[in-house]
Amino acid sequence: MKKIWTITKRELRAFFDSLMAYIMLIAFLGFSGFFTWLYGADVFFVGQASLQSFFSIAYWTLFFFIPALTMRLFAEENRSGTIELLLTKPVTHWQVVLGKFSATLILIIIALALTIPYYITIANLGNADNGAIISGYIGLIFMSATYISIGLFTSSVSNNQIVGFLLALFIGMFFHIIFDVLSNNFTGFVGEIFNFLSISTHFESISRGVIDSKDLIYFLSIIFLGLVSAEAMVSKASMPE
Amino acid sequence: MDIIIQNFTKKYGQEKAVDNISFKVKTGEVLGFLGPNGAGKTTTMKAITCFLAPTSGEIQVGNYSIRNEPQEIKKRIGYVPEINPLYPDMTVIDYLKFVAELHDIGKNQVVERILEMVRVCGLEGEKHKKIGELSKGYKQRVGLAQALIHDPQVLILDEPTAGLDPNQIVEIRELIKNIGREKTVILSSHILAEVEATCDRILIINKGKIVADGTSDELRKLSQGKELLQVCIEEAEKNAVVSAIQELDSVEMVDPKARDNYYEIQSKKEASSKRAVFELCVKKGWILTEMTPVETKLEDIFRDLTLN
Repeated sequence: MKKIWTITKRELRAFFDSLMAYIMLIAFLGFSGFFTWLYGADVFFVGQASLQSFFSIAYWTLFFFIPALTMRLFAEENRSGTIELLLTKPVTHWQVVLGKFSATLILIIIALALTIPYYITIANLGNADNGAIISGYIGLIFMSATYISIGLFTSSVSNNQIVGFLLALFIGMFFHIIFDVLSNNFTGFVGEIFNFLSISTHFESISRGVIDSKDLIYFLSIIFLGLVSAEAMVSKASMPE
Repeated sequence: MDIIIQNFTKKYGQEKAVDNISFKVKTGEVLGFLGPNGAGKTTTMKAITCFLAPTSGEIQVGNYSIRNEPQEIKKRIGYVPEINPLYPDMTVIDYLKFVAELHDIGKNQVVERILEMVRVCGLEGEKHKKIGELSKGYKQRVGLAQALIHDPQVLILDEPTAGLDPNQIVEIRELIKNIGREKTVILSSHILAEVEATCDRILIINKGKIVADGTSDELRKLSQGKELLQVCIEEAEKNAVVSAIQELDSVEMVDPKARDNYYEIQSKKEASSKRAVFELCVKKGWILTEMTPVETKLEDIFRDLTLN
């Protein structure tokens, strides 16, 4: 546990040292603020004291920002060879993977925490549905964790950050939109399967305020799968043959 | 802690990088690992540090096996890889602190150990700089500092003095020698003089196989042992000297050097021509001003063993 935290601290510091974190925070707040308050189906257009417009924007901005954060995590270590020094220290591969995962998740949680002023504003404008807002945030956190684990895996595939970024978007695209589109085009059992595979189904279900075990199992199993694959890629180097 | 390597083989695809090698390094021994590029030195070191798993064979550090207890081994090893990879955007102090935490060094000892390493490795002036801003020599020192911070029993150094200036090389060699008194050290190098100066024992590998193992004196005896003399003969005509020496029974070959009056004389196997050359000079009235036996250099042994 302590070692995971040691790695988490280093990764978090690397995010902030490389300005990546600041750029991500500013861009995230800028985009989501713009579309929540100023443009399109914004809060004033909808005319309700809810953060629904923010959640649907964050659903897309996080989808693009997370691969940009995760692409570096393993690809850079593979390229520069620092992975060798890290793995010859008394840490397990799992501790490395989990440390990097939690560092990115913490950064996302910081970004989401910075949108609390949005909530305060909304709560002052009218009767906000606190339950829906809390569960909306929980939905975003689960979705982020899912994309982080996918991004970690794609970053560990090669020593090229761009490959990690594009591959994460490619895989993410299926969960984010393609399965959803497919589920509308198919009826019956096949449609059900695609519907279950789509992140938007589960995100909407959670942000409606119902945290169903089905949604939890869905998110946790993708996260688990992503982390297991990342760990396998990291271990590959030290495997016989 | 002893390092025991038994029948270690590592294949990359079909190619054998290391082919069934076995050796043992005892506590307090500094082993020099020599070999041309691609001989399998780095692969062997990566296997000892639990970064690469062997295709077959067994490696033990202390009583721990790299297959079953890699974490225990990693706790006791300090390792400087060949390319010395470090995080460029961390400061020296932050990086050492990170490594110290990974090694579970107690909170009250961390600062003390870091300062000790900064002092030992001569990083006083650069400790607050980012690693990416340091020169190659200082990066190498950071590499050594991170390898030594937990006071490891075993030290594995892959070309530790590459890129250092002559003063730094001498310092690092002294450091390695001091460490080697109580600990087990394996270091690889291309620089033969360095290995001779720092190591108790030399292991030469070529194409994944051990071709020589012993102290530098033992290795010298291995090589063919023909006497080689450098002589300086004055007040004599060059051609006359060459033909006269060539006629001596014990001489195999005379070679006039580019320098005036200097000749290189190679004797036949297990024969010495020192006396004969001296007597010849006396008889002919030449002035012999210098006669130096040329030692077989480690370089020659190395070339003999690895070029075929």
